Amino acid sequence: MSETTDLRGPATLEAWTCPAPLRDRPRVVMGHGGGGALSAELVQHVFAPAFGGEVLAQMGDAAALSLGGVRLAFSTDSFVVRPLFFPGGSIGDLAVNGTVNDLAMSGARAAYLSCGFILEEGVEVEVVARVAEALGAAARTAGVEVATGDTKVVEAGHGDGIFINTAGIGLIPAGVDLRPQRVVPGDVVIVSGAIGVHGVAIMSVREGLEFGVEIESDCAALGGLVDAMLAVTPDLHVLRDPTRGGLAAALNEIAAASGAGVVVRERDVPVPPAVANACAILGLDPLYVANEGKLVAFVPREHADAVLGAMRAHPLGADARIIGEAVEAHPGMVVARTGLGGTRVVDLPIGEQLPRIC
Amino acid sequence: MKYIDEFQDPELARRLLDDIHSTVTRPWALMEVCGGQTHTIIRHGIDQLLPEQVELIHGPGCPVCVTPLEVIDKALEIASRPEVIFCSFGDMLRVPGTGRDLFQVRSEGGDVRVVYSPLDALRIARQNPDREVVFFGIGFETTAPPNAMTVHQARRLGIPNFSLLVSHVRVPPAIEAIMSAPNCRVQAFLAAGHVCSVMGVGEYPELAERFRVPIVVTGFEPLDILEGVRRTVLQLERGEHTVDNAYARAVRPEGNPAAQAMLEDVFEVTDRAWRGIGVIPDSGWRLSPKYRDHDAEYRFSVDGIQTREPAECRSGEVLQGMLKPHECEAFGTVCTPRTPLGATMVSSEGACAAYYLYRRLDITTAAREASPVV
Repeated sequence: MSETTDLRGPATLEAWTCPAPLRDRPRVVMGHGGGGALSAELVQHVFAPAFGGEVLAQMGDAAALSLGGVRLAFSTDSFVVRPLFFPGGSIGDLAVNGTVNDLAMSGARAAYLSCGFILEEGVEVEVVARVAEALGAAARTAGVEVATGDTKVVEAGHGDGIFINTAGIGLIPAGVDLRPQRVVPGDVVIVSGAIGVHGVAIMSVREGLEFGVEIESDCAALGGLVDAMLAVTPDLHVLRDPTRGGLAAALNEIAAASGAGVVVRERDVPVPPAVANACAILGLDPLYVANEGKLVAFVPREHADAVLGAMRAHPLGADARIIGEAVEAHPGMVVARTGLGGTRVVDLPIGEQLPRIC
Repeated sequence: MKYIDEFQDPELARRLLDDIHSTVTRPWALMEVCGGQTHTIIRHGIDQLLPEQVELIHGPGCPVCVTPLEVIDKALEIASRPEVIFCSFGDMLRVPGTGRDLFQVRSEGGDVRVVYSPLDALRIARQNPDREVVFFGIGFETTAPPNAMTVHQARRLGIPNFSLLVSHVRVPPAIEAIMSAPNCRVQAFLAAGHVCSVMGVGEYPELAERFRVPIVVTGFEPLDILEGVRRTVLQLERGEHTVDNAYARAVRPEGNPAAQAMLEDVFEVTDRAWRGIGVIPDSGWRLSPKYRDHDAEYRFSVDGIQTREPAECRSGEVLQGMLKPHECEAFGTVCTPRTPLGATMVSSEGACAAYYLYRRLDITTAAREASPVV
C-alpha cells in the first residue's frame, strides 16, 4: 500500500471492519481521552470504521498527503488543559506546539494553522486575550502563520473556560519518509531530553500539589530540532512526540505498528529528580507521564552518533540520549532493562495513570 | 527524596544479592505482605535475580484488592446518589464492583472526585454544605490514622455533611489466618514497613514464636527488599524465628503513639471480610459508636446489595499465596487490566496486575518453550 494518497481519489473502505461495540464501557470515561488502550479502542471501533479512508489508516500523528504532486503533512489536535496557564506555558502555547509537533514528526515544517476557540459563557475577555496573545507568540516562535479560525460560545457550565482546536499543514521535504513501518531491528532509540516534565508541571498546579521545587512545562515547538536532525540524514525511520501516555505509549505504538521489539535501558532514560520524586510520591511511572516538547527517534545505527550530535547542538536537544534499540526478540512488545539488571514489560497504558492509595 | 536513587544503587544491590546467593543452601518460601513490595519486586525484576531456591510468595497486602465486593458495591450505590460528592484515592476508581466501577458511575453523572488526602475531602465538605461528602476509607494500618483524623476533625469542626465509608483492615490477623491455613507454604514474612511505622512491631513476636516464622520488617525500595530477604534467609538458614527490623530509618519499635491513639479514639476492631479470602476475625476497623454520625454505611443505609463475583476469578488463592497469578487459567486471556475479573488485576498494587504489566514476556516465552512447535 502506498503511504501517500490523492485526496480526490476513491476511499478504500474494504480495509475497514464493522464497528464493534465497546466491550465494557457503554459511556465515555476519562480514560477514552488518555492516549492509551481505551483511546485506541475508540478510534479503532468507532471513528475509523465510520470515516474510512486510506490516509487515516496510516494512523500517524499527522496524515501524509499527496496533493497536486506536492507531499503535505496535515494534522489536528484539541486542547482542553486545566488550568489555562501553568508554569512554563499556557493552553495557547500548547495549541500551537501540539499541532506543529505532530507535523514535525512527519518531517514537515508547519506552514499554516487554523485555530478554533470554544469559549464558555462567563469567561473573562481579558483571559481570552491573554491566551490569544500566547498563541500568537508561540506561532511566531514556531515560524507558522495562523491562517484561519473560528469562535463558538457554549453556555456556562458546558465548558472549562476555553477549549482550542488547531489544525496545521506543512510540506514534507523530498527524501523524507518517517513512519513506524520503516523501523528495523538494530535501530537506535534516542530521546531528545528529560521526560515527564510537562505532566508533572500540570499536576503540580492542577491538584494543588507542591513538590518543593517548581517544575516548568517543557512545552516547545520541535520543527527546528527535526530540521537539524534531517540535515544530518533524511534517513530517520520514525519520530514521535510522546505526549499523552508518555514515552511508554509512543514506544508501544511504534512497536505495534512496526512489528519490531523495543528494549529500553531504564537507567539511561533521563528523568529529572523533581519528576522522579513527584512520581514516587504519587505512585506514577515517569514513562507514562505526558511531555510537550520532547521527541523520540528511531535512527539507523550507522547514523546514530551523527544524529545525536546534531540534536545536542540544538537547544531543544541538548540533553538527548540513546535509551535503547529495536530488536528481533519479542516483536511488538516494549521491554525495559531495570537498573538492577532484571527485565519488565512496558505496556500501553489503559487510560490515565491513577495515583495510588499509599 | 534524594534518597530514592541511593536505595536503587546497582552496586549495593549486587553486593546484597551476592550475600544472599552465598547464604542460601536449600529452598525457602518467603511472603512479602505488602502489595507495594510486590510491585517493587516485579517492577525491578528482583525475583529474577534471587537464587532459584528463594521463592517470593505474594501476600494479601494490597488494600485495593482486599476491599470486599460488597463494600465496592455500596460505594457505587452511594456515589450514584445525586446529593453525594464521593471522594476516593485514584486507584479505587477502576476496581470492578458487580458490573461497573466508579469511573462508570462518574460517566453516568455521579459526582466522583479523586483526592490525594482525606483532608481534601473534608475541605470539599466545608465548601459544599448542601451536599453529602463521602470519603472512601480503605487500606491497612498505614492509611487508617489519617482517615481517623479526618473524622475526628469533622466532629471537632462541626462538619455534619462529611462521612467515611470504612473498609480498613489489619495485618497481624491476616498473617495468623495465612499461617493457620492447612496448605500454607510460607516459611517467613517480609512485614510491611509502613504498617509498622504506625503500629510498631509489638504485635509480631507472639506470631513469630507461635508459628516459628522469622518476621523481618522491610521497606519498599529495591535495596530495602534485598536487605529484608537477606536477613530473612539468614534466619531461616540458622533455624531462627525472631522479629527483626530492617527498616529502622522509618520504623521505631513502639511505632507512632499519636497515630495509635487516633485509631483507638475513632475506630473499633471488628471482623472483616477480605475480598477473595473471606471473613478474618478481628481483622478490620469500623467507626466506633461515638462517631456513628460520620459512618456512611449508617447514614445511607445501603441495604439489599446483591454481589456477584466472577466464578473463574481465583484472586483469593493469589492473595493467600497459594497460586501465582499466571497459574490462573483466566490470566491474560479473559482477565487483563483492560477487562479485569478481580481487583488483583486492576489495582496498581495487585499481584496479577504486576505480573501482567511487567512479566508477560517471561510468561509468554516460557509458554512458547513449553509447547512443541506444530
